[in-house]
Amino acid sequence: MAVTETPPDTARADALVEEKVPSVLSQRLVNAILPVGTAVALLMIWQFGVRFFEVPTYIAPAPSDVGAVLRDEFPLLMRNFWPTFTVSVIGFVAGNVAAILIAVAFVHSRVTERAFFPIAVFVNTIPILAIAPILVLIFGPGLTAKVMIAGLICFFPTLVNMVRGLQSVSPQTLELARILSASKSEVFWKIRLPSSLPFLFSALKIAATTCVIGAIVSEWIGADVGLGALIIDSTFNYRSPLLYATVFMSSGLSVLLFASVTITEKLVVRW
Amino acid sequence: MFVRPSVNSMDGTSQNTMGGRNIAASLSNASVKFGSFTALSDISLEIGVGEFWTILGPSGCGKSTMLRLVSDLVPPATGAVEILGKTTEAARLAREFAFVFQDATLLPWRSALKNVELPLEMGRKRGIPIPRGDRTPLELLELVGLKGREDSLPHELSGGMRQRVAIARALVCQPKLLLMDEPFGALDEMTRDRLNMQLLEIWRETGVTCLFVTHSIPEAVLLGQKVLMLRAHPGRVKEVIEIDLPEPRTVELRETPEFNRYSSYLRKSLEDC
Repeated sequence: MAVTETPPDTARADALVEEKVPSVLSQRLVNAILPVGTAVALLMIWQFGVRFFEVPTYIAPAPSDVGAVLRDEFPLLMRNFWPTFTVSVIGFVAGNVAAILIAVAFVHSRVTERAFFPIAVFVNTIPILAIAPILVLIFGPGLTAKVMIAGLICFFPTLVNMVRGLQSVSPQTLELARILSASKSEVFWKIRLPSSLPFLFSALKIAATTCVIGAIVSEWIGADVGLGALIIDSTFNYRSPLLYATVFMSSGLSVLLFASVTITEKLVVRW
Repeated sequence: MFVRPSVNSMDGTSQNTMGGRNIAASLSNASVKFGSFTALSDISLEIGVGEFWTILGPSGCGKSTMLRLVSDLVPPATGAVEILGKTTEAARLAREFAFVFQDATLLPWRSALKNVELPLEMGRKRGIPIPRGDRTPLELLELVGLKGREDSLPHELSGGMRQRVAIARALVCQPKLLLMDEPFGALDEMTRDRLNMQLLEIWRETGVTCLFVTHSIPEAVLLGQKVLMLRAHPGRVKEVIEIDLPEPRTVELRETPEFNRYSSYLRKSLEDC
């Protein structure tokens, strides 16, 4: 959906000034070109700045250097992309499913919420960078620790949003359910769960990008494959263009996951 | 029809009939307390089958609480409430009454038709069969003038249309008693007039008993055969005014001197509540 800022009135006024249909179209074109053009301009400033001031490549590579690495080292990048992708996706699923189930338990039992919510808050306050080595120590350098780190970082925002979503049913709707003699499970499946979906998806959008952060952090500690391992490796070897290309791939992974969640949301939440 | 012998029938004040009039809802010395706060005190009323009652009163007089008392949402602290000779719980399980809220309370992810069908899907595990009305959900949408909009989602409908869907939903189990809590309060004047007329048409056609809470005096006079005036702190019955205006009621009635007489009487009555 392009941002068509022009209200109908202005469009009509434009039409009177002989421009007609192209005015809307060209407006859209401008909206699309503006950010792309800005990005291209910034890249060019970077390119010429680095060349002009003769900045060494290992400190700041020029975009052309990064582009060359993206082209030449693409097989290497992809070899490290897929492990990170796997950890991110499994962590995303595990963290969010756990958060959803615990949110359901919280909403059904106030006692559970009072008992466990402070603990959830406490766990959330531990920086992921601090807890990652602990988990690697406990679970070893395999998939388990990595998935737990990626999952843990998704967990809290989804828990909070899901609890809010499940409680977002208006008192009148609950009165309606009572007048219809609805059972607890009918209220849950037919009212609470659908009501929570918009809240869930805003949490999933956050999780789609943070799970990649978790996966990369998990690969900093004792992993030999993955974008995280490649970041550490290229940093210590002063292979800055490769480092930049890896960062680019990482953000590409986030964008991919974010876009998947957004498209799913469009299909599911139609109201 | 089998007439249940009533405890009070000996002294001539039967619970179910009064001078041959069938009783849809009866409240006897009913009061409602929220903690130490008395919301309603000592309400005694008998609402005949097929009658249209409007309820007026200052804010905080317990108009909404009264509907909630009748619909088994709040229990009486003292006294008793019966609907068609049943307890309110039994009446709720048998879908003898339906409720229309001020907000349409439609489920936003369901189409208009799916919203009307909701009552047929809820409460199935209670072991009591859900009564289906003579009209299908689709016919009910047609009855409220929403033919062709059955697939629209609530956010695609105007406020008045949403409230009409809510009315169709209320009618789907063919209730004997329709409880309405300021259903048109949030609508503009024109829409409200149109829906008032439509509601009266539905009332005449279905014979459903109506209890309609409003804060608009003209609406109360236009719709009600009887106006129940409540008094606040605590909520109790001030008076019941019979509105003797020609049937069928039309919007034009509002221009007549009789209508204005009722209105000004109610306004005065409301002022010294």
